[in-house]
Amino acid sequence: MFAGYDFDVIQRSWVYLFRDGMTFTLTLTALAMVGGIFFGTLLAMMRLSRFSILSYAAGGYVNLMRSLPLVLVIFWFFFLVPYIGAWLIGAKDPVKVGSFMSCLITFTMFEAAYYCEIMRAGIQSVARGQVWAGYALGLNYWLTMGKIVLPQAFRNMLPVLLTQTVILFQDTSLVYVISATDFLGAAAKVANRDYRLVEMYTFVAAVYFIISFSLSLLVKQLQSRIAIIR
Amino acid sequence: MNYNWEWGIYLAAEPGGTGIYIKYLVIGLGWTLATALAAWVIALAIGLVVGTLRTTPHKWVVRLGNAYVEVFRNVPLIVQMFLWFFVVPELLPKALGDWVKQMAPPWGSYLPAVMCLGLYTSVRVAEQVKAGIGSLPRGQGMAGTALGLTLGQNYRFVQLPQALRIVLPPLTSEFMNVIKNSSVALTIGLLELTGRARAMQEFSFKVFEAFAAATVIYLLTNLVVVFAMRALEKKVQVPGLISASPTAGAH
Repeated sequence: MFAGYDFDVIQRSWVYLFRDGMTFTLTLTALAMVGGIFFGTLLAMMRLSRFSILSYAAGGYVNLMRSLPLVLVIFWFFFLVPYIGAWLIGAKDPVKVGSFMSCLITFTMFEAAYYCEIMRAGIQSVARGQVWAGYALGLNYWLTMGKIVLPQAFRNMLPVLLTQTVILFQDTSLVYVISATDFLGAAAKVANRDYRLVEMYTFVAAVYFIISFSLSLLVKQLQSRIAIIR
Repeated sequence: MNYNWEWGIYLAAEPGGTGIYIKYLVIGLGWTLATALAAWVIALAIGLVVGTLRTTPHKWVVRLGNAYVEVFRNVPLIVQMFLWFFVVPELLPKALGDWVKQMAPPWGSYLPAVMCLGLYTSVRVAEQVKAGIGSLPRGQGMAGTALGLTLGQNYRFVQLPQALRIVLPPLTSEFMNVIKNSSVALTIGLLELTGRARAMQEFSFKVFEAFAAATVIYLLTNLVVVFAMRALEKKVQVPGLISASPTAGAH
């Protein structure tokens, strides 16, 4: 079955695939992870807030994002972001937003909902006495959260947060639907130009497999290393 | 925002001549459900077998099961979709491959999409089934052995009937994931709900109306699935257990 397999097309294009495509994928993954964890933590704090407006708003947002397919959300933000940008700076016409920026906003906002659920579980896993101890020391809400609760929550949830990041890494391949040139997008361009679909897509699958599999092995190792024995 | 809303667009005729836009979208929902349900059947069948095999005492069977799970879990769904659509027909024997490639329009995308989603979801079902069997008290399996049941009988009469009732709630969220994931099939040309919303946006230039309709339809579908599954869960609940709540699912 590999009789007509053309290794040459991979040799010709791998520099382009990794320099243009993989850089896009990895940058997007890293920035969306940082942004997603930041907003996800804020959302989790809102969800656990005693102000019911905040917790309903955050809960509604998270449930909405979790009920929609990522592809649909990518389309939404792709068309919506130019209008929001125009509204923010008071311009009359929709602003031009590059495909990377559009993807970054989409994945940050979408993954924030998933990171929120993880962080919520993390915050809830911290013993209540810790919060009381913080307040007893005279710390306010933000200091108690920032110095006492969140560091413990992050540590408890680190393996789950990283597992979600591996999922995010795989999900970034969906930017194909708005024709962005990520790793898959770059490979698809070469595949269609040279009519080498079999070679390119099996190569892409192998690369994604190797990266995701090694990352998940690392997460597993980390998990056993940092687990707190109670 | 300088956007001219035009909510009447749903009642305008779509250019393909099949009727008004709202009907066009609802047929899309039909394809979404048809894809998700068919994939779900495959996922349940394979996931049940693989998940059970991974709890057997045979080392090599467990390793094979683990390898299967790792392969399908570490390749992105859209890449698997492309493999099924572009690569598999080339690897099949020539006559069969040509037959697959020449199938009439919706089926040529539908079949690869169902296969892809089915296998992709099967590893998630396998994980849940394995966890369900693992959550049973060890004494259950031992008691089965003490009664003289063979390994197969032990699974058939003792472990699986209990495990399946425990894993039903997490499987609900997996089913919702199949419905959502079926939208990736638009990349291989299946006009399901998201694909049709995208097409409607291209035909009518009414971007937000098209996606708003798809959003509402997805939310309603979710509600129906949640209520139906909750009723089913109540029916099969194992008496005396604190029923497990659905875990946060991946997407």
